[in-house]
Amino acid sequence: MTTFITVTLKLLQGFGTTILIFLVTLLCAVPLGLPIAFCSMSRFKPLRWLSRGFVWIIRGTPLMLQVIIVFYGPDLLGWNLSFPRFGAVAVAFIINYAAYFSEIYRGGIESVPRGQYEAGQVLGLKKGQIFFRITLPQVIKRILAPMSNEVITLVKDTSLARVIAVRELIMEASAFIKTQALLWPLFYSGAFYLLFCGLLTLAFGALEKKLDYIKV
Amino acid sequence: MNGIMDNILEVQSLEKRFGTAEVLSGIGFSLRPGEVVSIIGSSGSGKTTLLRCLNFLEQPDGGRILVNGETLFDADDPATRQEKSLRHKRLHFGLVFQSFNLFPQYTARQNVTLAMKLLAKEQPDYRKNRAEILRGIEERADALLAEVGLSDRADHYPYQLSGGQQQRVAIARALALGPEILCFDEPTSALDPELSAEVLGTIRRLADIGRTMILVTHEMSFARQVSSRVLFMADGRIAEQGTPEEIFGAPKSERLRSFLQNS
Repeated sequence: MTTFITVTLKLLQGFGTTILIFLVTLLCAVPLGLPIAFCSMSRFKPLRWLSRGFVWIIRGTPLMLQVIIVFYGPDLLGWNLSFPRFGAVAVAFIINYAAYFSEIYRGGIESVPRGQYEAGQVLGLKKGQIFFRITLPQVIKRILAPMSNEVITLVKDTSLARVIAVRELIMEASAFIKTQALLWPLFYSGAFYLLFCGLLTLAFGALEKKLDYIKV
Repeated sequence: MNGIMDNILEVQSLEKRFGTAEVLSGIGFSLRPGEVVSIIGSSGSGKTTLLRCLNFLEQPDGGRILVNGETLFDADDPATRQEKSLRHKRLHFGLVFQSFNLFPQYTARQNVTLAMKLLAKEQPDYRKNRAEILRGIEERADALLAEVGLSDRADHYPYQLSGGQQQRVAIARALALGPEILCFDEPTSALDPELSAEVLGTIRRLADIGRTMILVTHEMSFARQVSSRVLFMADGRIAEQGTPEEIFGAPKSERLRSFLQNS
């Protein structure tokens, strides 16, 4: 029983880090995806290709590798700059998720009929007003399902942080194998992810219900 | 002939090309206050493009557009082609779309008030008289919705309304900012006959109270009844124009005759 409590406490500690990675990534990547989406849709071709190339690289390589590159890369290049472990994870995760989000946003924005924009134009609205008052609410409605998918994936992706020894949930759980020859804490850790994702699913369900009045 | 100053709208040799395709060429016509002009013609004749040029959704390649004697657009004057100045010029015109284009996230009333509220923020006394201004806007929206017969649907979302009701909300929305000229782009093409009738009834009432309107339509009998003048477009030109009696009763060109026979 005492082992169980010790393990639980240790896992909770790791889970705290997991949640922190999750929140920091989400808080920064959700807004950062928007300018990337705009660049990917830009009529100025060099900017568009730069942005799409960036998204291609980020989506085309493993997040684990990106974490490693952000952590070790600057030092290898001889720059006098290095990230702390958690910082490196945060930077890699934010960039990675912003790239994914930008594609979801782009799809959402492009799926709003042109007529909506034009209806705003003929009413004399400014571009920003059209975007925030007319387009964006419809985009949010449209992207909710793919966003919930991505956000739930993020919960589990946080486990990649251990590649540079950030002590998140999986890392704490697998430590018991070495120190006390216990395998079950690793399985037990799955319950934490499951619970967290369950809560997120409920939250997205509630949000979806709240936006039910928008039929697009 | 009436003088240019009497005209609410004056369109002079308007040109529009998409790539190498000439969509509008040498379009010229005028509109007097209270007139209803219908534009008829087969698909691809440039009717919709003309309407979109008037609402500055497309930039014409040549010609001039004057409203109340003020030059809104002159292809030869770069100052009138700037995107920034377009926003206020658009307010001279209202446009009702074929596909309604109501904002799905807003109720009927909110669809009508949105532009009024955003525009009111630009008034210098907005902060001081905010409550009063907003009350005025709500009252105006209610009056407009009453005008199109939808007082009891003010708090409904577009998806809760029939196509005809949606189009009437769109008409109220287009009227909200008090445009001098109201344009309709095939307003009943997406509606079945019954729903068309209620929208046409609304348009007829607007004609009766002297609204200046331009109506692109395939409803020939309606155009005949409601218009003061009819323009027949073919291949991007105004092929024939006249009173409804002239156009429908005594078409001059073979082109118009065969068009009328087939529609």
